[in-house]
Amino acid sequence: MSEVLDEIRKDYLFNLVRRGKRIDGRGFHDFRELHIRTNVISKAEGSAWVELGLTEVLVGVKLQPGEPFPDTPDKGVIITNAELVPLASPMFEPGPPDENGVELARVVDRGIRESGALNLEKLCIEEGEKVWIVFIDVHVLNHEGNLIDASALGAIAALATTRIPCERYGLGNDEKLPVRDLPVSVTAVDIAGEVLIDPNLYEESAASCRLTVISNTDGTISAMQKGGTGGLSPEITKKTVKVAVECAKDIRENILSGVVASLEPY
Amino acid sequence: MSEIKLIREDGRRLDGRLPEELRPIKIEVGVLKRADGSCYFELGRNKVVAAVYGPRELHPRHAQDARRAAVRFRYNMAPFSVEERRRPGPDRRSVEISKVSREALEPVIIAEYYPRAAIDIFVEILESDAGTRTAGINAASVALADAGIPMKGLVSAVAVGKVDGQIVLDLMSEEDQYGEMDMPVAMVTRTNTITLLQMDGRVTMEEFDRALDLAIAGCRRIYELQRKALIEKYSESRAEEGGV
Repeated sequence: MSEVLDEIRKDYLFNLVRRGKRIDGRGFHDFRELHIRTNVISKAEGSAWVELGLTEVLVGVKLQPGEPFPDTPDKGVIITNAELVPLASPMFEPGPPDENGVELARVVDRGIRESGALNLEKLCIEEGEKVWIVFIDVHVLNHEGNLIDASALGAIAALATTRIPCERYGLGNDEKLPVRDLPVSVTAVDIAGEVLIDPNLYEESAASCRLTVISNTDGTISAMQKGGTGGLSPEITKKTVKVAVECAKDIRENILSGVVASLEPY
Repeated sequence: MSEIKLIREDGRRLDGRLPEELRPIKIEVGVLKRADGSCYFELGRNKVVAAVYGPRELHPRHAQDARRAAVRFRYNMAPFSVEERRRPGPDRRSVEISKVSREALEPVIIAEYYPRAAIDIFVEILESDAGTRTAGINAASVALADAGIPMKGLVSAVAVGKVDGQIVLDLMSEEDQYGEMDMPVAMVTRTNTITLLQMDGRVTMEEFDRALDLAIAGCRRIYELQRKALIEKYSESRAEEGGV
């Protein structure tokens, strides 16, 4: 039964897009309403509660000293995890992360890591012995589409407001986490040849594939990921990248900069 | 950025290749007798083997789809395939690669012909030297054709990257490790559709556009080799059976 409804809904969305409209009245390149609250969990060193339309994601950052990787003895470590807990959607099941959870965590991780947003050299406590391990934990609370962007936004907002708990470990005064860029993830789907930014749950399930582009303040791109069982033409792909970089700039300047006090120089 | 020089004075890469040159490729079709279809694929020092089983009955039954066959993909690295022994079993990297590789192949598989069935694709990385996911997709695509699975086209894949400021085709491991960008791409040459696209690093939009064009050109060359390998295999077997 739900399969039939899926098909009807898909048809409806396609027809809407052909007439230049989206199901919730947004423009093709508009994000849903976005709210980010930081420092919502006092036990965490950094946290951000993201509301992207009806999608809600809570990201917590915890830090603890630990051993560096042997090939990067003078750099801190980032570990990202995502849990698609069953309270967030009837589609989610309890248990260890499935491929969707793993993909979500790895894409969020890639955006932060590859942008160089975190200055990992500054997270070295004692070369080869002790560095700060930064745990980024994504907790999805309500899945109404586009978990990647909500989670990635939550991750960078949480990191940019994180304090390193030096005092707790007898390492001097607490410090600000050295964040020097604000990578922003923008995901789009292709419906009827149009690039729809920030797909909601309906649009996500109607589209056969999505493309995520994570870009930085200087307009460079740090991570991309195509997902879903369909394909994209090279033209739509290039167009999506351009639109995504513009949208990222808009979000960075109008929303993230209000949440994040100041950045380290790159 | 890079700690070692990846492009030599003469403009060639560490292994002597030009920026837009692929590593040597070897394709053998139907190498495993038990599987319904299989392919051995070498890309430089990468050695991978893919097997396809199915369409066959899908267990557990609640996972069956009344509208189409379920496509399953398992990417697995042999413990000895890398420098430092890899612990057997799936890690997060291979879970993600299995997902995106399956999604790279699903657009060409006509799964609607086999409701409730499973089409299983297994890729084993025997030796790894950067580009294993693309080698795995290339092998799997040929193995699917060898298994007689109805397809809309062959999927071809290759990685592009940026090393020493230059956009280059088909990264080898030093370039992957010390380069500024790595972007695996898979596409259906016949329909000009991109079915896998991942990227990490730091590049401008203009560099991305150039990298994508180079990847597409690389995929076209690999497609010709895949096609040739399949035609050779099947013209041989037809000759053996006495018919032409």
